Amino acid sequence: MDHQHTHSASPRELQMARSMCWHCQSEMSGEYFCERCVKVQPVSKELDYFTCMGFPRRLTIDPRQLETKFYELSRAFHPDFFQNKSAEEQTISLSNSALLNTAYRTLRDPIERAEYLLDLEAGSVKQIRNSPPADLFEEILELQDTLNEYRAVEQTSEAESTLRTKLQSERNMLEQRQRNMEAALQQLFVQWDALQDRGEATSQARAERDRILKEMREHLSNRTYVKNIVSDLVSTIG
Amino acid sequence: MARIVGIDLGTTNSLVAYMADGHPLVIPGRNERTMVPSVVAMTDNGLIVGDAAKEHLTRSPERTVYSVKRFMGKSLEDVQGELAYFPYHLTEQGGVIRIKLGEKTYSPPQISAMILKELKQRAEAHLGESITKAVITVPAYFNDSQRQATKDAGMIAGLEVLRIINEPTAASLAYGLQQKTQGTIAVYDLGGGTFDISILKLKNGIFEVLATNGDTHLGGDDLDRQLADLFVKEIRERYDLDLNAYPDHMQAVRLEAEQTKVRLSDAMKTTATLDLPDGKGRYERDLTRDQLESLTMNLVERTLGPCRLALKDAGLTPNDIDEVVLVGGSTRMPLVRQRVQELFGKTPHCELNPDEVVALGAAVQADILSGGTTDMLLLDVTPLSLGIETMGGVMSSVIRRNTTIPAGAKEMFTTYVDGQTGVDIHILQGERELAKDNRSLARFRLKMPPLPAGVPRIEVTFLIDANGILNVLAKDMRTGQSQSIEVKPSYGLSDSEVERMIEDSFKFAADDVSARKLIEARLEAGALITTTEKSLLEGNHLIASDNIAATHTALAALTAAKDGTDPRAIRARMADLEQAAKPLTVALLNDSLIKGLQGKKVSEVT
Ligand SMILES: Nc1ncnc2c1ncn2[C@@H]1O[C@H](COP(=O)(O)OP(=O)(O)OP(=O)(O)O)[C@@H](O)[C@H]1O
Ligand SMILES: [Mg+2]
Repeated sequence: MDHQHTHSASPRELQMARSMCWHCQSEMSGEYFCERCVKVQPVSKELDYFTCMGFPRRLTIDPRQLETKFYELSRAFHPDFFQNKSAEEQTISLSNSALLNTAYRTLRDPIERAEYLLDLEAGSVKQIRNSPPADLFEEILELQDTLNEYRAVEQTSEAESTLRTKLQSERNMLEQRQRNMEAALQQLFVQWDALQDRGEATSQARAERDRILKEMREHLSNRTYVKNIVSDLVSTIG
Repeated sequence: MARIVGIDLGTTNSLVAYMADGHPLVIPGRNERTMVPSVVAMTDNGLIVGDAAKEHLTRSPERTVYSVKRFMGKSLEDVQGELAYFPYHLTEQGGVIRIKLGEKTYSPPQISAMILKELKQRAEAHLGESITKAVITVPAYFNDSQRQATKDAGMIAGLEVLRIINEPTAASLAYGLQQKTQGTIAVYDLGGGTFDISILKLKNGIFEVLATNGDTHLGGDDLDRQLADLFVKEIRERYDLDLNAYPDHMQAVRLEAEQTKVRLSDAMKTTATLDLPDGKGRYERDLTRDQLESLTMNLVERTLGPCRLALKDAGLTPNDIDEVVLVGGSTRMPLVRQRVQELFGKTPHCELNPDEVVALGAAVQADILSGGTTDMLLLDVTPLSLGIETMGGVMSSVIRRNTTIPAGAKEMFTTYVDGQTGVDIHILQGERELAKDNRSLARFRLKMPPLPAGVPRIEVTFLIDANGILNVLAKDMRTGQSQSIEVKPSYGLSDSEVERMIEDSFKFAADDVSARKLIEARLEAGALITTTEKSLLEGNHLIASDNIAATHTALAALTAAKDGTDPRAIRARMADLEQAAKPLTVALLNDSLIKGLQGKKVSEVT
């Protein structure tokens, strides 16, 4: 079976959704509800999660503000409040709620948020997601060997405890690495936001944008790699 | 809008509640008790439910069904391990367990529907209106099949199930309404058959579930089995008697085990007693709370793992939990309270009656749906990851566990052979790597336009609705056409089967009515026979002998009709008898009048 993720919907749907009320066909003025007939409106699937939740495309988001918005929109869209409404409105309520929940989940986590932004700004992040950091290559090969050795030795033997100590210090080292990467990412987030706030359209600004995205992509994929190794390590040595 | 009731359909006990002026109330039965035992018995006079059925547990164990909730959405293979504990006969058909009662077999949703009908009637009698809509609770850790089975049960009972909500979250609604709590709470729900833990954040009327976990096969029933096993073993050793050969006594053992356990929640020691078959006398067994605790320690311990996992998924530590709420009858056990207190480091709350709080919460949710309560909103999660089987038998996750519902995800499918006309899709639920280790939910075939490999683009939307139930939609991205897909549930009733059961249930209802008519007619006939016989003794000297003969003939005819099964025939013979006995009745009346007048002055009479 062959399948892939997608975020896109057909452009026709987008226009339909945003320009006029599906019910009374009047020009849409309200944000979530038609101001004329008070029917709930479908949130376009084309809207990115930032816009959907009313936030600019920034990587620093106040979690409390995000939560407040999430609750506010939940109160607007949740199927609980559409029990007495028409089948169309119930369907819209359901898909809007589902979209809102996905948007909130994605934006709530800083890493997922950054991955999502990268995807929006520079195309799919999925293929390069899991690359080993170049400078760690040797070390990781060695670690894999140690792990295999450890899995093979007898429990409570002397060799086991030596290997275990070794793996434990590897783990500490990798976790430190992960923290460093996260700190570096944090820096990039701040740089990204500052660049966006300046809103320049110069070629210099474009180059800066590309650099930030490229570095972000690298750090994100390295971090995922290291994180996977650490959890593998933790599950092996307990 | 018509009234919506809230129903707690429990393994052991079920309740129905409604909202009155902003306060949820549980509806009591005629006996003033609010709990209806979740027991259904097939008797010679038809099906009976609740307290009356419970009495049949030891009388006709093979025809009395209890704990049917454990079989909802299950196949026979799923429950192999515990078959020996149930006296009634189980089979399987189309991946769904069937329970054999007399000549007929019933699916678990049909049995549950009988309990639901009892609750429906209770509510109708109490509220004086017809009830057709309900919110029904399920354990939070119920999978899709188990939820669907519950919804089917509602439909079979003639109830539109507007929402399936999770038991611990329902409890939090009732609790939050009462206490106006804010902060992070953990709801620990240990009932008769299931265990749930839910971690919620309560803020300004929003009840946001952060994580949930549990075990749908762990509850008071399992604690009872530990004790029952001990009794049976000791009886075998002491009396050389295998109770397994006596289903009625096995039920008595189970009930005594439960009672013993319950008594030990208050007392430090107690004595279990059982009458033995074959004139072997009586088994008596002293038991201390310590002994019970060491027997059940492992089971109680098994609830703590899910608690830790839920905390981890919520990204919290026990310290972050502001309050712990206890729900379910089994949380009355001191050992349970102690272990929960140790894990979370705080004294758990149990202000609200743990038996009723789930039903109360269901009533609150019902009121939200009918537009009564507008300031509260429950945001629940899906307890298990949803995925599809990919090449190599691996599960590829589509919606992760603890995702807020409604939750949707889209997947794009295409072909890998030229001209391929379909792709088979297998939907799974669970946390394991391999497809075969997870729960199979359903299969369906996605139709593909016959085009070169990779050209078709069919988008499948997996949508988990607010009930935690999966809906699947497919759309051809090239044409924009949506495709209807027929999802075949792996462990559920098909739509047509549910339809048939709904029809059957109307037939049962008709059967039930005629059964009741028969019982009533027989009772009244019996009364008439008794009084007529008495009259004959007292008055045979007062009337002509042919009248006496006619009365005797009519009496014999009614006695014969009473043993038949036609209530109308009984009524007809009753009328005949009344007619034939009229001279006798009149004569006796006159006689007593005359006797009464004697000794009284004429002036007193006129
Ligand atoms: N005082 C007590 N001490 C120990 N256990 C008790 C006590 N009172 C009730 N129980 C147990 O609680 C269980 C019933 O609890 P409850 O009514 O909450 O379950 P339920 O809602 O029917 O089941 P579930 O929620 O699992 O579907 C039974 O196993 C019963 O033995
Ligand atoms: Mg319960």
